[in-house]
Amino acid sequence: MSDTGTPHRQIPFSLVAQRVEASLRRRRRKEVGFRMLGMAAVLTALTLLAVLFGSILVKGLPAFWQATFVIDVHFDRELIPIGPKPVLEAGESPAAFQQRMVRWQTDLGFADFNQVLLDALAKVLPEAAEHPEDAIALIASGEAFALRDRVTADPGIVGTTQRLRLLADANVDVWLKGNIDRSLPDEAQQLSARTRAWADQLYAADVIQNRFSTAIFLNPDSRSSLASAGLAGAFMGSLFMMIIVIVLAMPIGVAAAVYLEEFAPKRWWTDVIEVNINNLAAVPSIIFGLFGAVVFIMWFDLPRSSAVVGGLVLTLMTLPTVIIATRAALKAVPPSIREAALGVGASKVQVVFHHVLPLARPGIFTAMIIGVAQALGETGPLLLIGMNAFVASVPTSPFDQSTALPVQIFLWQANELRNFFEGRGSAAIIVLLAMMITLNSVAIWLRRRYETRW
Amino acid sequence: MAMDNMTVVVGLLLLAAMAYQLGLVRSRRIAGGGEVLHSRPPYYGWLAVLRAAVPAVAIYIGWSIVDGPLLKSLVLSSLPADAVPVDELQATVLMQRISNLASGFGLIGEAQAFELQAAAYLRQLTLTGQLVVLAAMATAAAFGLFWTWRRTTAHTRARNQVERAIEVGLIACSAVAIFTTVGIVLSMLGESLRFFQFVSPVDFFFGTDWSPRFAAVGAADQGAFGLLPLLAGTLLIMGIAMLVAVPLGLMTAIYLAEYAPHRVRSVAKPVVEVLAGIPTIVYAVFALVTVGPFLTELGEFFGLTIRTTSALTAGVVMGMMIIPYISSLSDDIITQVPKAMRDGSLALGATKSETIVKVVLPAALPGIVGAILLGISKAIGETMIVVLAAGNAPVLTANPFESVSTITVSIINQLTGDQDFASPQSLVGFALGLTLFVLTLILNVIALVIVRRYREQYE
Repeated sequence: MSDTGTPHRQIPFSLVAQRVEASLRRRRRKEVGFRMLGMAAVLTALTLLAVLFGSILVKGLPAFWQATFVIDVHFDRELIPIGPKPVLEAGESPAAFQQRMVRWQTDLGFADFNQVLLDALAKVLPEAAEHPEDAIALIASGEAFALRDRVTADPGIVGTTQRLRLLADANVDVWLKGNIDRSLPDEAQQLSARTRAWADQLYAADVIQNRFSTAIFLNPDSRSSLASAGLAGAFMGSLFMMIIVIVLAMPIGVAAAVYLEEFAPKRWWTDVIEVNINNLAAVPSIIFGLFGAVVFIMWFDLPRSSAVVGGLVLTLMTLPTVIIATRAALKAVPPSIREAALGVGASKVQVVFHHVLPLARPGIFTAMIIGVAQALGETGPLLLIGMNAFVASVPTSPFDQSTALPVQIFLWQANELRNFFEGRGSAAIIVLLAMMITLNSVAIWLRRRYETRW
Repeated sequence: MAMDNMTVVVGLLLLAAMAYQLGLVRSRRIAGGGEVLHSRPPYYGWLAVLRAAVPAVAIYIGWSIVDGPLLKSLVLSSLPADAVPVDELQATVLMQRISNLASGFGLIGEAQAFELQAAAYLRQLTLTGQLVVLAAMATAAAFGLFWTWRRTTAHTRARNQVERAIEVGLIACSAVAIFTTVGIVLSMLGESLRFFQFVSPVDFFFGTDWSPRFAAVGAADQGAFGLLPLLAGTLLIMGIAMLVAVPLGLMTAIYLAEYAPHRVRSVAKPVVEVLAGIPTIVYAVFALVTVGPFLTELGEFFGLTIRTTSALTAGVVMGMMIIPYISSLSDDIITQVPKAMRDGSLALGATKSETIVKVVLPAALPGIVGAILLGISKAIGETMIVVLAAGNAPVLTANPFESVSTITVSIINQLTGDQDFASPQSLVGFALGLTLFVLTLILNVIALVIVRRYREQYE
C-alpha cells in the first residue's frame, strides 16, 4: 500500500482495508472449502470401502450356517446288499483288481440310499412314507451319495444306526432363511406346498437346525446337490497354482531384479528390458490369458483347465510386479555396504550374495507376497485357459482339471438358484478376502519387524 | 517313463554332491602341496558341479521332452497296415492300451495280437532309450569329473568361471520378461492374421455391427465382426470410471499429502490402498448385487430408467477400483515437488489452497497426467467388472444407463465356449486382444516416459 502522491490517493484507507478484508474472507472461505473437498474425497473413498465390505459380510456371513438335519439313520442290511470289500490278492494284475473293485462299487451303487433316508425321515415325520417325492426334496440330493461314501469307507456300519448331520436341500435353506418371498404363489415356489409345510414343522421340532456347516470348506463344487457345493476343489486348484507361482516367480524374479539392479551395464538394451518390464506390469491380465491359451495349450499341448497352465500364466503375470518390488528393496540397501565389501576385496557376485541379498530379504519377501496376492485374486486369464469348466472333484495333481477360488465365485454367481448362491458366493468372497488379508498382514508385519532405516 | 523321475533326481543330486566333493578335495590337495590357490576351495567344488552335473541334467531334460512323441511315432509306424489308427483320438486310445500292456498294469478285456506285439516293442524301445540316455549322462558326468581332476591347477580361475555362470543365469532370468512380450506379440499376431483371412481388417476395425454367429458347419454366413460398438462401450465405461476416479483420487492425494496430520495420513493412506488389493471379481459381484440394484432404485426416484447392468454400474465400480492407483501415484508425485516452491508461494501471501492449485499442481502436472493415463489403461483392460455388470449388449450408444459390451467382455465370450479354435468366432478373440494390447501399450509407454522424465527433473 503506497501512500504518496499516486492517483489512488482518493480511495480512503478504510475502504481499501474493507476490500482487502472482504477478499481475505473470500479466500479463507475458499481455503476451508478446498480443504473440506479433500476431506470429503478421503471420506468417500473410505465409505465406499466400508460399504463394499459391509454388503459382502451381511450377505456372506449367514451363508456359513446352513439348514441341517440332525437325525438317526439306520443302515438297513436289506437295503444295502453288498459282499465284503475286495482287497488286492497276491499275483493279481492291477487291472483285474480294479475290475473287481468296480464290480463291488457297482453293487453298492444299486443300493437304494434314498430309501434309507426316507426311512430315517419317516421316524420323525410319519406322513413322509406316503409322499416320498415331497419328503426326499427336503434333503440335499448329495447326502445319498455321502451315505454311500460312508459305507465305502467303512462297510462295517451296515446294519447299525448312526446319528448323522445331513444338509437340507438348498431350497429348504432358502425357504427357512426367508431368502425367497414366502407370499409367492405355489407355481413360483421351488418346493411343493407340502414340503414347505414339513420344513417349517421340522424346523420348529428342532430336527432341522441352522448349524455352522463345513460343507463349504470340505466339499468340491456340485451342480446336482447345491446345498453341499463347496470350495475344496477350487482351494486345491488355487493352492497348486500359488505353489507354482512361488517356485517359479520367486527365483526368476529375484534373479532378474538382481541382474538389472546390480550387474546390468547402462546400455540401450537394458533400457529396453526396463521399459518392457514396466509395460508388462501394466498390460491387462486378460492378455496373459490369451498368451497362455495359444502358447501353453495350443503349442506345448499342456492339459486345458489344469493348474499347471494356470500357474504358468499367473507366474508370467506376476513376474513384473515381483521384479519391480524386489528392485525397490535392493535399491534401499545403501551403496556404502557394497563399497565397503568391494573395498575389502569381495567380488561383485560376493557383494550381492553375501551382503545385499541378505539385507534386502524382508523387502524381497514382501515383493513375493504382493505377487502371490495379486495372482490369488486373478480371474479373467484363468477363464481363457478353460478353468471355467465345472469340476466336481478335488484335483490331486497340478495336471488335473481344476478351478480357482475367484473363478468359483464367478461360476456360483451365474448359478440359476440366485437366492442360495448370492449368499454362498459372498461367503466364498469372505474366504478369499480372509486369505488376502492374511497374506497382506504378513507382508506388513515383515516390513515392520525387519525394516531397517539406514 | 518307467525310469522313475524321483530316482533320476536323487541320482543327479548324488552326482552333484560327489562332483562338489571331488573339486573340493582336489583343490585342497593342490593347496596342501604348498601352492597358493587362485580361488577358495568351494569354488572348485562348484566348478566341478557345473562341469559334471549340468551337462547330465541337460541331456535328461532334452530326453524327457523328445521321448514321448518319439516312442509314439516309432510304435505306431511298427503297426500292421490294417491296425494303423485313422485319427488322433484313436491313436491316443491305442497308445494308452499299448502302454498299459507294456507296463504290466494289464487291460480290461482281451488284448489283440498286434497290441501285444506293439507292447513288447514299446518295452524294448523304452529300455533301449533309457540305457542310451543313462550311458550318455554317465559319459558326460565322467568326462566332467575327469576334466576337473586332471586339469585343475592352482592357476584355475574357479571363482571367475563360477561367477560367469551365475551371471549368465541372471541374464537368462531377465530375458524371461522379453520372451513374454515377444511371445505375447507373436501369438496374438499369428492368430489375428488367421482371423483376417476370414474377415477383412477394414470390416473389423470400422464395422459398426458386432454379432458373431455361432459357426454352423459349412455356413457361409459367419456374422458381423465390427469393432466400433465394443470400442465405444469400452470408452464409455472408461469415461465414467475416470469421472469417478480422477476427482476422488486426486483430492484424496492432495488432502493426504498437503493437509492431513501425520497420524491421519499413516492410517488413511494404507486403508485407501486396500482398494487396490481387492480382487476384481469381488468388485464385479459387488457391482452386480449391490450397486446395480441401488442405481436402478435411485433412477426410479428421479424418474430415470437405469438398467441394473449398465455402463453406469460398471463405470462407477471400476472408478472405485481405480481411485487408489491415481491417489497413490499422485501422492508420490506431489510429495516430490520441492518445498522451496511451496515456501515461495506462501511467502508471497498465497493461501495453502492457492499454493496447491497454482504452484504445486502445475509443477506436478506431468506426473499426474501419467497417473491418469495408467488409470485409463487399467480401465480399458479391466475384465471381470464389465463381464458381470456391463450387461453384454454390443450396441453403439452413448447412453450410460443402457447395457453395453466391451472389448474384454467379447474376448471372454468368444473364447470360453466349446468353439473350435480355428473358427473366425474364436479367432476374433485374438484380434480383439491384439487391439487391446496395442492400445494399452501406447498408453503405458507414454505414461511411463512422462512419469520417468518428471522424476528425473526433481531428483
